[in-house]
Amino acid sequence: MVTRIEIGTRRGLADARGEHVAARIRSFLGIDVRAVRTRDVYRVAAALRPGESERILAELVDPVLHAGAIGKLDDGPFDVAVTVAYRPGVTDPVGKSALVAVRDTLGRALEPDAAVYTSVMYVFDGVDRERAERVAVDLLANPVIQTVAVEAYGAWRASAPDLSVPSVATHDRPAVRTVDLSGSDEALIEISRTGLLALTLAEMRAVRDHFRADGEAPERRALGLGGDPTDVELECVAQTWSEHCKHKIFNATITYHEGDGRPQRIESLFKTYIRGATEEIDAATRAAGRSSWLVSVFHDNAGVVAFDDAVHLVYKVETHNSPSALDPYGGAITGIVGVNRDPFGTGRGAALLSNVWGYCFASPFYRGELPRGLLHPRRVRDGVHQGVIDGGNQSGVPYGRGFELFDDRYLGKPLVFCGTVGALPVTIAGTPGERKRARPGDLVVMTGGRIGADGIHGATFSSAALDESAPVQAVQIGDPITQKRMFDFLLEARDLGLYSAITDNGAGGLSSSVGEMARQSGGARLDLSLAPLKYAGLAPWEILLSEAQERMTLAVPPERIDEFLALARRREVEATVLGAFTDTGRLHVTWGDETVAYVSMEFLHEGDPDLDLTARWVAPAFEEPAGARPRELGEVLLAMTARLNLCSGERKARHYDHEVKGLSVVKPFVGAFADVPAEGTVFLARHGSLRGYVLSEGINPFLSDLDTYAMAAAAVDEAVRRQLCAGASLERLAVLDNFCWPDPVRSERTPDGEYKLAQLVRACRGLYDACRAYGAPMVSGKDSMKNDSFMGGVKISVPPTLLVSAIGQIDDVRRAVTLDFKGDGDVVYLLGTTRDETGGSEYYRWLGERDGRPRRTGEPAPYVGTRVPTVDAAWTLPLYRAFEHAVRHGFVRSASTPAKGGLALALARSAMAGRLGAEIDLDASSDLAALGADAALFSESNGRIVASVAPESVEAFERLMAGLACVRVGVVRDDGRLVLRRSGDAVADVGVEDLVRAYKETLEHA
Amino acid sequence: MPDRTDGRFDRVDALRGLPAGELAEARRTVRVLILTGLGLNCEAETEHAFRTAGASPDLVHLLDLLDGRAERKLSDFAVLAFVGGFAFGDHLGAGFVFANKIRWRLYDDLVGFIERGGLALGVCNGFQTMVRLGMLPGFDGDYRTPLATLAPNDRAGYRDAWVRLRFDPASPCVWTRGLEFMELPSRHGEGKFLAAGNDVLDRLRDGHQIAVRYVDAEGRATMRWPENPNGSPDAVAGICDPSGRLFGMMPHPDAYLYPFQHPHWFRRGCQTPVPDTLSGEGLRIFRNGVDAAAADS
Repeated sequence: MVTRIEIGTRRGLADARGEHVAARIRSFLGIDVRAVRTRDVYRVAAALRPGESERILAELVDPVLHAGAIGKLDDGPFDVAVTVAYRPGVTDPVGKSALVAVRDTLGRALEPDAAVYTSVMYVFDGVDRERAERVAVDLLANPVIQTVAVEAYGAWRASAPDLSVPSVATHDRPAVRTVDLSGSDEALIEISRTGLLALTLAEMRAVRDHFRADGEAPERRALGLGGDPTDVELECVAQTWSEHCKHKIFNATITYHEGDGRPQRIESLFKTYIRGATEEIDAATRAAGRSSWLVSVFHDNAGVVAFDDAVHLVYKVETHNSPSALDPYGGAITGIVGVNRDPFGTGRGAALLSNVWGYCFASPFYRGELPRGLLHPRRVRDGVHQGVIDGGNQSGVPYGRGFELFDDRYLGKPLVFCGTVGALPVTIAGTPGERKRARPGDLVVMTGGRIGADGIHGATFSSAALDESAPVQAVQIGDPITQKRMFDFLLEARDLGLYSAITDNGAGGLSSSVGEMARQSGGARLDLSLAPLKYAGLAPWEILLSEAQERMTLAVPPERIDEFLALARRREVEATVLGAFTDTGRLHVTWGDETVAYVSMEFLHEGDPDLDLTARWVAPAFEEPAGARPRELGEVLLAMTARLNLCSGERKARHYDHEVKGLSVVKPFVGAFADVPAEGTVFLARHGSLRGYVLSEGINPFLSDLDTYAMAAAAVDEAVRRQLCAGASLERLAVLDNFCWPDPVRSERTPDGEYKLAQLVRACRGLYDACRAYGAPMVSGKDSMKNDSFMGGVKISVPPTLLVSAIGQIDDVRRAVTLDFKGDGDVVYLLGTTRDETGGSEYYRWLGERDGRPRRTGEPAPYVGTRVPTVDAAWTLPLYRAFEHAVRHGFVRSASTPAKGGLALALARSAMAGRLGAEIDLDASSDLAALGADAALFSESNGRIVASVAPESVEAFERLMAGLACVRVGVVRDDGRLVLRRSGDAVADVGVEDLVRAYKETLEHA
Repeated sequence: MPDRTDGRFDRVDALRGLPAGELAEARRTVRVLILTGLGLNCEAETEHAFRTAGASPDLVHLLDLLDGRAERKLSDFAVLAFVGGFAFGDHLGAGFVFANKIRWRLYDDLVGFIERGGLALGVCNGFQTMVRLGMLPGFDGDYRTPLATLAPNDRAGYRDAWVRLRFDPASPCVWTRGLEFMELPSRHGEGKFLAAGNDVLDRLRDGHQIAVRYVDAEGRATMRWPENPNGSPDAVAGICDPSGRLFGMMPHPDAYLYPFQHPHWFRRGCQTPVPDTLSGEGLRIFRNGVDAAAADS
């Protein structure tokens, strides 16, 4: 029985949601809609007794705000109604909460399969049916997860209320199949391709050979299995070996060719450069007689570093690119609540402190052709933001950093970086918090949400290019409230010592989480018939691989299981025993008594054949801009400030909570009007202590067009400088590396794979060198290696992109520094050396647009230039150290980081943030004086900081900086003008308010 | 100005005149119940705020309180705090499902608590819950009939930005007594205070129950965005009941517990020497409540 309830805002009251939609219809679709009102529709699928539906209606309606009705709410005529509902099986968190409200209101239990399905009805005035359909498709609904019904008023009025519900059609559980691998190579490839297994021929052969040999084992035969894998086994192996889980490219043996030199062999980029740098830095720390501050790196779900005597800091950044391309909202919310589980699944569980996000999109103003199957970048941007906004806010986790970066090469796949910082108690229930171990005999417990078909093949899907064969079920929608309730429960269980290990269910689901934990004990036995399902009819392999969200897997000692389950019941959180950890060396999966998988742990984790790849570096050839250089730089400065990649992103960012938990100190936006992004944000890690942590990042994929070595080094340098500008110490400064690459393996689809792999090698070397130079170990990271789209037959690959996320520490948060100029008469200094390093600069891209240079899909924007910014750490490190001292002594009143947009933008941001002007002399140093005024202002040389110092501190500051590249370049003025002089003449004289206007305008209405 | 507080303010003044040790002891006896769980998320900062104000806060999961499993009963507490968050994701409306649970399973106890003179503070989601339950505005001792709502902001969507507030000096509210101006972060998507009718809003105004309003830079109540972040009529940011003991507000005093949390703190001159005060302005609201409870006990 289904009861339909419609609730709308009362006529006469503002419907903010409707007005918001109307504004977007007008500005984005150019349709002049007169009015939009909205209604929430609840379809209650439950056997209600007489009078109960009226009680529910009375409870759901807010008497001040709403009008509601059972069936249809007819509160006057309209032109067209568009109803957007979820497809069967799509997570409906609002429906879940509504079911709670229904039960509470009725005060009785409902049948077990009772459910509430929600939808939203948009009621239009002033559009016809045809236009309403366009609005539905282009703005309101995503056909991947939603259905749309469009009805004119007359038809709507005449029809009976729609009582259909998107319940999942249940069917019998599909039987377990044995997969015949005895065929030809072509047959093996076909099995991998059609099954979305993403296994190569070599891997398929390894699987075949292993099971053929294993089929002789008497215990396998005794369980009724033979020399071919079951579908459960094959799927389990495929996801464990996926690029997403296994990082095959980072572990491959690579032969690197450069020029005529001898080819070099690299045994694993990861071991050589990533872990290599970290181990060297750690060894140097110990050699210097200091104790290591790396508590746990590389082997858990997130990196752990020492912070104070109560907590360690845990940090992880992930990407969720492919799902966000298909369903921006669902993909992104899953990205943020998913990465929340990484710190939570690290050690025995870290409480969450803060989130970070960063997105690479094509321009929201993109007007070119859109390959079929791709969403317009403006929709992608809106959906991704809203997903992470809802995910973060509803989880009660503030954000610390956020950035957006735009280039039309992200049209095919947007990059969605989401990260989370956590606090891991130094000691949990009497033992070190980072220690976790599933012991033989411990029970396998799954807690949180239920298993559905959502997210099946996510791990293998994200390990492939995006094309029209992308599975619909790869989309999940995160439900932050279910997860928050699970976390609250688990923190209690953690502190009571009720479990011995924990990990999250992300990519690969149970197969991955149990498979990983079973490595500690030496095996596991799992009965899938015990797993709680959202609906019946899932095949065993689907249950094992489902990436349904909000689930953690735990190892619970048998003597604590009653207590654990009792606490779960008390918190109304589902927890189920699915089996036990063993030391048999096997992952033994059953359905009741029937064995459906019996896989060797060793084969699962070590049996994947190593990749052997070739990389070939040929330095790319680009040219310097041809046109004349501008003479009047004031206008250029205004134009640069308004550039999509330099302008204010505040409008979207304000929708994210940045203060919940009450620990935020330097917020994401700072200054007199809190409207310019901070160089680094500062948080306390707990109440009652003044020690803080600092977040910053560096990213500049535009430099990849010239040299990824320089790109990676620049990203590290930028992140480090931002840390220093916020007041962090160079001690205990850790970074995370997130690679998002186009496929770097040569194939028919990727003829330039060897070059892209060489770009990867060089990026790793850049990271390695820069991290060692600054003593900043990489403590965690992730790679996403297939960021190519073939939608509509058009190949679009992302530029090689590396995000370096830094987490630093500050002894006393009151010593933090912000970038805004503070007062008239403060002296402005430029630290570091400015060179003509305009290659890959925002200024050159502006010149390219000014000159009307055409841009081809998938190509870099003109002009790329030739001279890429380099990092000379031997030169800059002493400067950074001295600057850190100056900050600690309180001499520095403001500090900003010249990066994209160069010195000019660093000055502009400090001026805008402080709403103060400055007078700057571009001849102040010999390196500046040697450059053209435009290069001096807009070159993106690394290693520089702009700082302002109060007159009374000038002497002490200059004493500290003596002998280093630190030059007095000007003075802060309260006349509201930023004046840049060359030989005494102003080459730019711009009002600060004009800058602010240009800065805010670009994305204000996007 | 009529004294609507039964001499309570005098008793608070007397309390604050006590020797430090006695004052601390009086504050420590104030037990504060902070409800948690189900998607709420401001419990840690609220606990720290009440502790810093000298009281003894307890975090209690709502389900434990409903099921009678909590160590203490509602009647053991002097102050009840409804914290911010997203109870049940604010699905179906802010504070809605959470309030519903309380209404059906705890409400007689809760009204008993109010009638015995208990204090309550609701912040953001907590304020929405109190209004949804009918605890506020609480005219004529009726704490069960909702007469208002917190509707979606005029500009759709959640927003986090600091706002300037002015308190009504004539308000009976014990939580805001002695406060004039304060800046606090506003962090919500549904904060537009809509009364069931103009008479309700008039009565709130006349009774000085609108304890706090959004104001512009000149200190005038404002309807202009973003100073008024949600379009609340009469710039309502928070209201109390006629007794002044129950108070709810949208902005977050619990996010301004340290001076350096103010967005301008790092602009206020060279921080040398580092200022040694560690109290943010938001704490004054918690101190007022704790002292009022201590003075009553």
